[in-house]
Amino acid sequence: MPVPVGDPVAYPFNEAAGLELSARYARAQRADGLERVRLPYGEPAWLVTRYADARLVLGDPRFSRAACTAHDEPREQPGRVTAGIGATDPPDHTRLRGLVAKAFTVQRMERLRPGIRALAEGLAQDMADSGPPADLVESFALPLPVAVICRLLGVPEADRALFRAWSDDAVSSNAAEQVAASMRELSAYMVELIAEHRARPADDLITELIEARDVEERLSEAELVEQCMGLLIAGHEATAMLIPNFVHLLLDRHGGLGWLRDDPDRIPAAVEELLRFVPLRTGALAARWATEDVEVGGVLVRAGEPVMVSVGAANHDARRFTTPDTLDLGREGNRHVAFGHGVHHCVGAPLARLELQEALRALALRMPSLHPAGEVVWKRRSLVRGPHTMSVGW
Amino acid sequence: MRAVPVWRTTVDRDRCMGSGVCVALAASLFVLDDERSRAPVEFVAPDETVLDAADSCPARAITVTENGRVIGPRD
Ligand code: HEM
Ligand code: SF4
Repeated sequence: MPVPVGDPVAYPFNEAAGLELSARYARAQRADGLERVRLPYGEPAWLVTRYADARLVLGDPRFSRAACTAHDEPREQPGRVTAGIGATDPPDHTRLRGLVAKAFTVQRMERLRPGIRALAEGLAQDMADSGPPADLVESFALPLPVAVICRLLGVPEADRALFRAWSDDAVSSNAAEQVAASMRELSAYMVELIAEHRARPADDLITELIEARDVEERLSEAELVEQCMGLLIAGHEATAMLIPNFVHLLLDRHGGLGWLRDDPDRIPAAVEELLRFVPLRTGALAARWATEDVEVGGVLVRAGEPVMVSVGAANHDARRFTTPDTLDLGREGNRHVAFGHGVHHCVGAPLARLELQEALRALALRMPSLHPAGEVVWKRRSLVRGPHTMSVGW
Repeated sequence: MRAVPVWRTTVDRDRCMGSGVCVALAASLFVLDDERSRAPVEFVAPDETVLDAADSCPARAITVTENGRVIGPRD
């Protein structure tokens, strides 16, 4: 039965500042069918907010990401940022993903744990030594994931000041020209870095991808550059925002970090719950287009129509999580979709988990009395929510 | 008569983190059960997709063997 549809409603629902989940989502979850939404740019789309529907759309091959190239993609930013691997379907997707998946498995990441632990403790110690107050973002949350992804890829850490602004633009709603210029600069930077690695191969992921291109011809030169850019951006933006978001919530609602120092075994479960709880994005994941008619949440989505999934809403679906709006740091069976689901499930999830666990552990050990030293200043034009600066004392 | 090679697929459910990658790649070979993957048919005719799934699994939870020899995930 077709559901009568009114005009699409304006989306995204969440405010850029803060970490609140808009109440509109719970309403959409309780209502019949799916809502039609209109983003600032591109086609109107169906919005999926329920957990079961989210897993259906993200995990079903009848929904295509590659179709974005043939459509005016619904989006929050005026320009379009090529999403590389994220804008492909199998078999292209499988080929590109296979090249990097093995570099980021749980087992490979566990071998990095001692190094990442030392890095996190070192940063926390430097912060402690220089005395309060400090900006948690600048002195800890950003340098940790940047250093880790730089070492893995083979990007000089000293170039952080260079690529930081370009990278931030990729996940912002800044003017189309500015974002396009940043992407050109980042791409030119990567081309140069790849040339250097061709001349001097090293034990890093850029070298590995160059081999896959030059020896095995498994990807094109353009794909090689895109893959490296994508990993550099995706490899630190979300993690750098989640660290201060997690700390903010723990200080705000959980009386600080002392309990983590006393009981570090609780850190992995706490990280999973924080991942579930934080609606990181202002909006939804990139749209998927139905390649045939598919019923989703009581609506017949027609072939050619786009569907957007809010993982933040799905993670607060009362049908799947008991007391979803309570931060329960020991929650069991916590199969959230913060890393997505299906073929595009975050390839960096094992690394992100490891970094988030070690970040909390290092802060809890070195500065258990960490506390706010002023108001959080939130990012304004970012699609990934989190503090611009967060002043802390100890 | 030459024996037709048969592949055996197993999923280590303790390792599986329920990403849904394998199921989305090959719905006939993997199902999510209680939000974790399993291979409903253990023995299958050789099929590249099952190796792709093993390669793509972020938890390295999928193992493919041929006559007891591990052939996936590929390195
Ligand atoms: C806690 C931090 C992170 C979060 C919350 C996160 C979240 C996500 C989500 C939700 C997706 C799926 C997007 C979609 O289906 O449209 C994704 C994809 C991806 N993520 Fe992450 N991510 C994080 C960290 C990382 C890290 C550290 C890396 C570095 C390797 C990374 C690399 C990627 C890549 C390459 C994709 C595209 C995968 C594909 O299309 O197959 N992410 N991430
Ligand atoms: S790809 Fe691996 S982790 Fe993901 S559901 Fe399948 S077996 Fe589990």
